[in-house]
Amino acid sequence: MIKIEKLHKSYPIGKDSLHVLKGIDLHIKEGEFVAIMGSSGSGKSTLLNIVGLLDTHDEGIYKLNGQVIENLDETKAATLRNKFLGFIFQSFNLITYKTAVENVALPLYYQGMGRKDRQKVAMKYLEKVGLKERANHLPNELSGGEKQRVAVARALATQPKVVLADEPTGALDSKTSHSVMELLKDINREGMTVFVITHEEDIAEQTDRIVRLKDGVIISDEKVNKTVTA
Amino acid sequence: MLKFIFDQDTWQEIYSSIRKNKMRTGITIIGVMWGIFLLVVLLGAAKGVENNFNKLFGNFATNSVFVWAQQTSKPFKGFQEGKGLTLKMSDLENIKNEIEGLEFVVPRHQTQAMAINNFKSGTFGIFGDYPELDKVQKKELVYGRFINDNDIKEKKKVCVIEEEIYKQLFDEGEFPIGTYIKINDINYNVVGMYKEGQVGGGGPQGNIHIPFTTFQQVYNRGDSIGWMMITGDMEHDITQIEADVKLLLRNLHKVHPNDERAFGSFNLGERIAQVTGFLTGMQFLTWFVGIATLIAGVFAIGNILLITVKERTKEIGIRRALGAKPWEIKRQIVLESVFLTSIAGALGIIFGGLVLMLIDNTIGKGPEAALTNPTVDIPVVITAAITLVVLGTLIGMIPAQTAISIRPIEALREE
Repeated sequence: MIKIEKLHKSYPIGKDSLHVLKGIDLHIKEGEFVAIMGSSGSGKSTLLNIVGLLDTHDEGIYKLNGQVIENLDETKAATLRNKFLGFIFQSFNLITYKTAVENVALPLYYQGMGRKDRQKVAMKYLEKVGLKERANHLPNELSGGEKQRVAVARALATQPKVVLADEPTGALDSKTSHSVMELLKDINREGMTVFVITHEEDIAEQTDRIVRLKDGVIISDEKVNKTVTA
Repeated sequence: MLKFIFDQDTWQEIYSSIRKNKMRTGITIIGVMWGIFLLVVLLGAAKGVENNFNKLFGNFATNSVFVWAQQTSKPFKGFQEGKGLTLKMSDLENIKNEIEGLEFVVPRHQTQAMAINNFKSGTFGIFGDYPELDKVQKKELVYGRFINDNDIKEKKKVCVIEEEIYKQLFDEGEFPIGTYIKINDINYNVVGMYKEGQVGGGGPQGNIHIPFTTFQQVYNRGDSIGWMMITGDMEHDITQIEADVKLLLRNLHKVHPNDERAFGSFNLGERIAQVTGFLTGMQFLTWFVGIATLIAGVFAIGNILLITVKERTKEIGIRRALGAKPWEIKRQIVLESVFLTSIAGALGIIFGGLVLMLIDNTIGKGPEAALTNPTVDIPVVITAAITLVVLGTLIGMIPAQTAISIRPIEALREE
């Protein structure tokens, strides 16, 4: 699903440039539940941005769903994002003046789906995350956990190939973190590829595979031993 | 694109974005509204002033000159200076034959006399006129007709009165046509009545017109002419005609060729040209001020949208992460701009119209009105509206471009 070979990325800082990713090799198959771990500055966010087509890489090969990603203009990138990727952010990034169901329906709008269909699909996914009753509430009327569940529903609405979660539990307490992770696990069990970025060990351990990043290189990549059942 | 404009979702998006930013929306709308409001009101006021002038001059052919005889100021061919001069009917024929580019030469006589109808009376200007007067100084007839050729030929005792006369000599509701009014002990049959509101005659007390030939006979004027109105055709300069006519008259009356004071004249064309020049200047100023204000207003919209785009950086980033294409973001912002300018424009036009109505109803009525019928032409309003929409589109491009120049990753970066 995601194939990355010798990926390099550097950012110019004044005259110098900061080499953030120094040759990443990563292969994520369909249906995997992967956590990228690393302290801040390790390059994990940069990796997610590149995988999420929000940023471009300098060197190396990135294949998404078999398609080589290079020289994308914004329009193409937007189309691919809409088609293949679902985003979940640490700070939820819901649009504040839109209700839960409108937020979930937004990616479908950019897909060109009709109004009624959108409403139906959005409601279906809200129901899936258990927020059907809160559908017409604005984000500021929802709790943090509820907001993140709306975001999950929004990420799923377009039936993407990969769900990218950037610190999905970073702004949540442990209880709601748990419920959001359960939700992600459910999604994964249904066959969705889920790609989580986190710096929390216990969150990473709930996934199937942990990739550890340090100073722009992968230092370990191992399967999680599923002895503990949730 | 059309589908986009008529799509309910599009308007939903605009509605929610506007609802979210009530304050800036309000201020923006007021800015542009003020611009177009000023334009409409100023243009209306300018039109009102123009109408006022037209009311004063409008009934005269604009390229006309009045000529009358005075006294010589230079001795010539054995005559002392100070010789009294009188225009004669033969002068008329000579002018018509000699001068090129004439349209009408209308002789007139004028005096003042008391007119009586039953027990009402008043002193009015009495004019001896030819039917052609109606051509150079349009009479808006309310009842009846103006003097005709038959009246001239038969020296009929008929008269055409101004509405003002009717007000002073007749009872309200009385039908004037067919009645007789007495002027200098002679009864004249009233054959026509016209609307008041012209200058260059008897003034506010009103005018009575009788056939020119009747006037000559009744007031014992022989074949003399009091003064004449001359109009030129469009190809000829009225000022040149004025000079030519006076030179010819000096010749005919054996007056020194350089005796400028022997014949007097009043060039209405020149005066009107001055006034219209002033009006054109005023209109230009109005347009200039109005459009400048309008542009300032539209720039304010652009500015506010620019600020909003900055505020909405994150939202735009989210939308793009969710798959909004750059041009989808762009058209959204441009449409917002166009929508705001259009609403503001419509409101401005409506308020401007209301103010003009108010002006019309308060100081725009009656003969002493400061502004007469202040209006703005529909094409002007439409032009202004289209200009607004075009400007709104253009100015919307700036924030739209800014919006998509921010990369989504930067927009989404955590603070």
